Amino acid sequence: MYGKGLRSLSIATVVAMSAALSLVFFYAPLEAEQGFLQKIFYVHVPLAIISLCGFVIGGLLAIVHLRTRDARWDYRSYVVIHMSLIFALATLITGSIWAKGSWGHWWVWDEPTLVSFLIVFLLYATYQPLRFAIEDPERQARYASVFAITAGAFVPLNFIAVRMSTSFLHPRVLGSTSNLPGPMALTFLVSLGAMALLFTTLCKYELTAKHTRAQLRALRRRLTADSPGSDVRGAGARSAAPSAIPVSRPTGAPARTAGYPVKGHT
Amino acid sequence: MSRLLAETPALPLHEAGKYVAAAYIVLFAMVLIYVTIMAVRLSRIERELGELLETVEARDGEQGRTDPERGS
Repeated sequence: MYGKGLRSLSIATVVAMSAALSLVFFYAPLEAEQGFLQKIFYVHVPLAIISLCGFVIGGLLAIVHLRTRDARWDYRSYVVIHMSLIFALATLITGSIWAKGSWGHWWVWDEPTLVSFLIVFLLYATYQPLRFAIEDPERQARYASVFAITAGAFVPLNFIAVRMSTSFLHPRVLGSTSNLPGPMALTFLVSLGAMALLFTTLCKYELTAKHTRAQLRALRRRLTADSPGSDVRGAGARSAAPSAIPVSRPTGAPARTAGYPVKGHT
Repeated sequence: MSRLLAETPALPLHEAGKYVAAAYIVLFAMVLIYVTIMAVRLSRIERELGELLETVEARDGEQGRTDPERGS
């Protein structure tokens, strides 16, 4: 289900990433002030934009989940937020490297953009512990959705507040892309597109992997139910600890997966 | 290809080079770690599928043995 189109998406991502890297190192001119160091811009800023967009998309998916009560939307919201968190971590690391090269410090605490991004990162870092602290799958999904919506609304508010504040160090990118010279703007847009493709591909991989595991666990349970005497609880069953997809069901209950459809279940 | 490389100006890899390299390595290291995790997951799924297949085959074998007994 989730694996559909994954191959072409993966190929498109590899092509886009290769094109972006070629443009960064062979086409985009050197910036007058920062010189070669400015090349970090083409990886750091797209990472930041995609991670923040991912957080907002996670919130939107959570809204759909609360409206439809379909666990698949919660599942998508979880994966998108999970991936955004990884991208946000990469943003913080690349930003620190750029700050060290540019300003001579790994971190500058009086810079609103940096600190606000760190706050957003730490806020979302609590998402998973909060989610998995709740055992009941339906409550877990509902609370996680509420969190995703609230935090997702905080992201643009935080972004606007930071842009309204006076900044001394951190350059502004969004809204001033047209100020970039043509080759730099093109390189930036291609890098942004490539990063968006990478994000989408990784999310799809994650969704496919989790969905396959859920199907496998459902199949294992079904086999166990069909042959009560047989022992099919292997390594996989041991590792089937609490996961993002609640698939367990009480004995004798109708075969369903807390709203998450698995092939073979009615 | 060689013509393209000949026309490409040499990259000014001075002090900034190590920071730029570090930033791009971070990105690719994260993707690589992710791919490794996916590979581990895939092998686990493969192993579990193998176990399930063995279970089904064993069950089919058992049924094959019990059916002739019932018939006799």
